[in-house]
Amino acid sequence: MTEEVEVLAEVNPEDQKRASDNVLVVNDLKVWFELRRFGFGRAGYVHAVDGVNFTLQRGEAIAIVGESGCGKTSLMKTILGLNEITDGSIFYNDMELNKMDSKTLRWFRSSQIGYVQQDPYGALPPFMNIQTILEEPLVVGGMKDGDQRNKRVRKVMREVRLIPADDYLNKFPHQISGGQQQRVVIARALIQEPEIIVADEPVSMLDASVRVEVLKLMRNLQEQHNISFIYITHDLSTVRYFSEYIFVMYAGRIAEKAKQHDLLNNPKHPYTYALLTATSEPDYENSLGFREVPPGEPPSLVKPPLGCRFHPRCKWAIAGVCDTEEPPDFHIEEGHEAACWLYDERYETPEFSY
Amino acid sequence: MVATETSSNNKLLRIENLKLYFNITQGEVQAVDGVDFELDNNSSVVILGESGCGKSSLAKAILRLLPRNAGKYEGKVYFGGQDVMKLDDEAFRRNVRWVGMSMVPQAALNSLNPVLRIGDQVAEPVVVHHGLKKDEAWRMASQMFRHVGVPDDFLIRYPFELSGGMRQRAAIAMALVTLPNLIILDEPTSALDLLTQANIFNVLKRLKDEFGISYILITHDIATSSELAQNVAVMYAGQMVEISDAKRFFEKPLHPYAQKLMASVPRLHGDAELEFITGQPPSLLKPPTGCRFKDRCPSRFEKCDDEPPVFNQDGIKVRCWLYEENA
Repeated sequence: MTEEVEVLAEVNPEDQKRASDNVLVVNDLKVWFELRRFGFGRAGYVHAVDGVNFTLQRGEAIAIVGESGCGKTSLMKTILGLNEITDGSIFYNDMELNKMDSKTLRWFRSSQIGYVQQDPYGALPPFMNIQTILEEPLVVGGMKDGDQRNKRVRKVMREVRLIPADDYLNKFPHQISGGQQQRVVIARALIQEPEIIVADEPVSMLDASVRVEVLKLMRNLQEQHNISFIYITHDLSTVRYFSEYIFVMYAGRIAEKAKQHDLLNNPKHPYTYALLTATSEPDYENSLGFREVPPGEPPSLVKPPLGCRFHPRCKWAIAGVCDTEEPPDFHIEEGHEAACWLYDERYETPEFSY
Repeated sequence: MVATETSSNNKLLRIENLKLYFNITQGEVQAVDGVDFELDNNSSVVILGESGCGKSSLAKAILRLLPRNAGKYEGKVYFGGQDVMKLDDEAFRRNVRWVGMSMVPQAALNSLNPVLRIGDQVAEPVVVHHGLKKDEAWRMASQMFRHVGVPDDFLIRYPFELSGGMRQRAAIAMALVTLPNLIILDEPTSALDLLTQANIFNVLKRLKDEFGISYILITHDIATSSELAQNVAVMYAGQMVEISDAKRFFEKPLHPYAQKLMASVPRLHGDAELEFITGQPPSLLKPPTGCRFKDRCPSRFEKCDDEPPVFNQDGIKVRCWLYEENA
């Protein structure tokens, strides 16, 4: 696979990523959780992920942005093979995730996909030192030779810039700073040289100054190893430094997907627009006025609203359309789609002043 | 409200050389080490800093909510012209805390008692401090709920029945219910979603206009802090390194630490390259001599081995030798 990519890179570096094959294909994915009343009797479903489509290409970084409760973590866990798929499918290199036998699934989880957790301190076992923590995936993966393991651990520590490694190997998680803990978590995700890394809010617990350092480190590693990266966050301002594509998720669906630059400068979905106008930048004038925020709160995923799920909060909602019919993905420009009726030719499209 | 016997100046809060140390087995943690600042009536100051710089301890020191291992606690705190450090604990509790100034704690979500109705918790400060009857206190509470944008039938609910944003609003209502002059907000929105965050800041801004409240906002999030900033104070290793007005600060901070901090803020637009600060903040157990930022500072020079005093640069107070000749 890698050879193929290199050859393509010589042909046309711009098209290389598009031309290379898909690592992950998600088709109309639905993940519903059953709600039970008094332990038995079905009371309904939580529609955590409700019809999500996307493809992830080799060496590409995408970001999934949404508020808490929009289903982004459920989506991620399903990709990691931790949730059962209700409907739809996920393909990893032409292998269907829910058709894998337990051995293949274990191989997939342990060596093909890495996971960077949100809270580094919570993600590291407090009674293991850094050496044991980093060696464990290798042991599970069946690397029996201790020297080889040691070499691999040192190499990955050099990559995440925990140097000199000897200073850290015998330490326990509580003895190192938050930024260093997050590097250990990243090192652990990297150690099996996976094809995909999923990072769930990897920098939200870190201080502003360290945050940038960790983001840059992840970006470098991603480019260096040509890893496909799924970056899950609620913070639109950090996305820009990390990903080529941004998917905005709302109430279990993808509301808008676009290239990073297009999404931030030319948002099309009213929800994306709301997120962008609510994001503060350090500016004195912020304190002088009020921010425009859509009313209400995200809907319950047990009974999501009919039609477009954002319509009860949307000031452009078209009565009789948005509240009854589910919007399909409308094509806006190359690589830019928005699930919003405003882009149907029958209706007038407002100009977002942004 | 505390009797505001306005002395010569019209400052709501004036803090002089405030110190709060903690005793731990390894020694003395100098969490707040000689902090000075002032706050006008109906004004706001943002205290910025990384975790562990002593900003939450400063809030505790102002409100005198000291943990059991508190050691040295000294300095002057003038609130409404009165030196409240001279009051004994009981008088402070009776006349200042929650009557004059209150606080929205960090992770306010979890600061609510899970087994009491929200209404009882929000009404409690009025019962305790203003001696109102329970039903009157509940009326106050429901009034405050309307101000912060929570439907008042939420009063009879329990905390687990509310969303994060609603719980945060309830915590703000609780701080507001006694109509204090000053509210200290310790990371009020860090656990909340973007839209909820923007909503809460809108509420806080409106309350400031309606009730003439002043705020001290403690946060590490520079971008959102600008929503509520009239003045900005940057804290590093237990000390204030820069105190400025928001306009000049967000355009161009003076202290090298503040400059680095600003350069690390991710932005939605523009091409500015993000920077980060190498190294780690010093331990507060044995803070370094001289300037505390010198080991991480890009413009370090010989002078930095001596403790820098605070220089006044056109009204901006900055603790850095670079500004010596302009003093």
